[in-house]
Amino acid sequence: MLLRHTPKEIAHREALNINPAKTCQPIGAMYAAFGLHGCLPHSHGSQGCCAYHRSALSRHYKEPIMAATSSFTEGSSVFGGQANLVESIQNIFSIYNPTVIAVHTTCLSETIGDDIPQIISKAKADGKIPNGKFVIHANTPSYSGSHVYGFANMVNGMVQYFSETTQNRKNQINIIPGWVEPGDMREIKRIALEMGIQTILFPDTSGVLDAPQTGKHVFYPKGGVRVDDLKTSGDSIATIALGDTASSPAAKTLDTKNKVPCHIMGLPIGLKATDRFVNALRTIAGVNVPESISDERGMLLDMITDMHSYFYGKKVALFGDPDQLVGLTEFLVTLDMKPIHIVTGTPSKTFEKDIQDILGPDTKANIHLSDTFMLHQLIKNEPVDLLFGNTYGKYIARDEDIPFIRYGFPILDRIGHSYFPTVGYRGGMRLIEQILGALLDRKERDSSEEKFELVL
Amino acid sequence: MAVVLEERKDQVLRLENGAKDIVCEKESLAGSVSQRACVFCGSRVVLYPIADALHLIHGPIGCAAYTWDIRGALSSGPELHRISFSTDLTETDVIYGGEKKLYQALSELIDEYKPKAAFVYSTCIIGIIGDDVQSVCKKAAKEKNIPVLPVHSEGFKGIKKDGYKAACDALYRLMDENKDEEYLEDNPFTINIMGDFNLAGETWMIKEYYQKMGIKVITALTGDSRVDEIKKCRHAKLNIVQCSGSMMSLAKKMKEVYGIPYIKVSYFGIEDVSDALYQVALFFNDKTVLEKTQELVRSEIERIYPKILEYRKALEGKKAAVYVGGAFKAFSLIKALKTIGMKTEIVGSQTGNQEDYKLLREVSGEGTIIVDDTNPLELSGFIREKKVQILIGGVKERPIAYKMGIGFCDHNHERKTALAGFQGMLNFAYEVYSTVESPVWKWTQPDYL
Repeated sequence: MLLRHTPKEIAHREALNINPAKTCQPIGAMYAAFGLHGCLPHSHGSQGCCAYHRSALSRHYKEPIMAATSSFTEGSSVFGGQANLVESIQNIFSIYNPTVIAVHTTCLSETIGDDIPQIISKAKADGKIPNGKFVIHANTPSYSGSHVYGFANMVNGMVQYFSETTQNRKNQINIIPGWVEPGDMREIKRIALEMGIQTILFPDTSGVLDAPQTGKHVFYPKGGVRVDDLKTSGDSIATIALGDTASSPAAKTLDTKNKVPCHIMGLPIGLKATDRFVNALRTIAGVNVPESISDERGMLLDMITDMHSYFYGKKVALFGDPDQLVGLTEFLVTLDMKPIHIVTGTPSKTFEKDIQDILGPDTKANIHLSDTFMLHQLIKNEPVDLLFGNTYGKYIARDEDIPFIRYGFPILDRIGHSYFPTVGYRGGMRLIEQILGALLDRKERDSSEEKFELVL
Repeated sequence: MAVVLEERKDQVLRLENGAKDIVCEKESLAGSVSQRACVFCGSRVVLYPIADALHLIHGPIGCAAYTWDIRGALSSGPELHRISFSTDLTETDVIYGGEKKLYQALSELIDEYKPKAAFVYSTCIIGIIGDDVQSVCKKAAKEKNIPVLPVHSEGFKGIKKDGYKAACDALYRLMDENKDEEYLEDNPFTINIMGDFNLAGETWMIKEYYQKMGIKVITALTGDSRVDEIKKCRHAKLNIVQCSGSMMSLAKKMKEVYGIPYIKVSYFGIEDVSDALYQVALFFNDKTVLEKTQELVRSEIERIYPKILEYRKALEGKKAAVYVGGAFKAFSLIKALKTIGMKTEIVGSQTGNQEDYKLLREVSGEGTIIVDDTNPLELSGFIREKKVQILIGGVKERPIAYKMGIGFCDHNHERKTALAGFQGMLNFAYEVYSTVESPVWKWTQPDYL
């Protein structure tokens, strides 16, 4: 479909984004807020923003997405949104009764200049926030950064509002998982638990956006980090922030605010990154890696061994968010594959360098801050054997006839991604199963009848 | 019993003796989990299906990202409408204005794709920073010699309905541009289909009916439409308005300016689609057309009705809840559900008006709950109270139904089979049957069933 609309020649563009590889900040803030138990996200802006974010998250997670909106009108846009927000806070507590309201802004409320902390203070002073209930916020102007920034800002807001210190260190580690699936968060917790380590993982959307079917629609499923637990994050011995873009702001705030030392590292995607993650857990907690985890590593390695001859030299294009792309690129290189086009829509100061460091100084690749239109052009100029990206990648995959693996956000046309992890050793195993499946399905599709063999 | 906010009590109506009129067309309560959208959303869904036009969204990336190929409006030819174009405004643009960027983007895009017309959608922030979109469009139109139409769809300036209006204004300007052009057509029976967006190919089905009746459809507004057709549509003898919420203002305008009468119809359900076709035939009052129409309706009903009765056997007596965007669709759904033996216990819309709700009352049975601009908490409460087995709605409602352990049918953008026309009624029966009778509910049955 895009075929006839995407010319091969790449022209310089400044004023125009075609087929984006990003979306706006508020949706990230909304997703992060679901990782707090009993939290109702609140969009301070027009109704449409909230409706769009809820629809997009519903399509990706296949779960009820409950969020409120200030329902801006022409009046609030002229006179400011204070009245709307105060009224919202009052209505939300009286009818939806959450523990926390997590307010994020929109381009509209940012541009008219609403001062959210001041409005929250006023609501508090006026007795609109019941005892034991909380209102937190993050500024998420839609015209800067991307959805990943919105996520990072809301996670940072959680720290700013909740972390406390008693000066007594608790033998626990904070883990900020980054924008990953609920199933990934579950897996990260499992790995730490398997190693016998007490963790506070936040945000934690497992049990919220992969909640079981119970025959009941509950507003606040049982998952999500508890406020009481989050408060103790200021007493943890360390913070592990997974993914520089999504997780480092909150980790740094914990460091400066409560003197919790932070370790910012990549998402544990693939063998090497998971090794580093497990190692960080081991050294910080002062524990040994249990045999069960070593065995998982061994199984992943065994699978790679069995598969390596299929992977050698395969060219790959990938697009998505910087933290995921860095992890995925490293894993692909580990597998002896060749990532040649890597495109993100999310601005990041270190992205290009991080990817180039993984590839090595002599390896050339197209690493761009751009959109999927550009990615398509790059592929037309140098074709690939495999494409990784969110659902929107399927247009390119179809036009160029490339095997395609759905990865990242949003995935609107498949079900299951939110349950099964792609992080950790087990996640790595799942990823390579998908990769080999995609490559061999294609090989079989293209085989002549004589060459269509039983064993590949 | 469902929890209803004090302020919302008048927007919920229980059909019992002496029930008052419902309150509607009210701004949503701040802080409610409303299922409503914004002005931009309204404009975007109405204009989106025009396949050979350029649709450029002027604002930060989000508005373009969330509406990229999400409409499900099929095209039989060009697919320019499925590409996402955004000026992707950043902080500096917000401070210094985005007019230059808009102009540059428009020029580049028109040169590259040579569209027949361009629509430029203003999003919230444009209304605040005050870009003069109108004059940028004028300049581009003059230089490139195609219609470049600003769509005043700043999100906060009303609700989805106001977006429909903004879209209709843009459509009117497009059709009014070259008024003096001649129109040659041998067929004396010409119509426009209004308010059908060719979701899952529905416009194609409806067009085929009219063709069989001997009637010429100049254009569908806007399902699978082209700019040149729209420019000619003022020559039609009659406008057939479906989804009146989105297109009524344009139909009225076309009546006022070009003297084209309109009729309101619906293509959902056997009764309504038959009625729609007969109304059109009766308007032209031509013997051949009438005969052809009778033949069409008879043969289609003969074809589908026995199959529908099969589904009805299984569905008889089951209960449904309907929550949709426009109220007009809700009438048809109530009737269509009746055809398959089901009773609608709860019915509501995001944007219905007083007239709509009066009609809804007439077709709804005793005890039905009618809701305006409801929220998930109320909705799930009513569903429990009424012991409903299927919810019919849109993307945000689907997971609620599933979590409650009941069936769901998408009657919005995400329908994947045509639900309009005679075949659509059969598809609808099949969809309802397949979800209500799914074995999965044996294990996940809600506590109330």
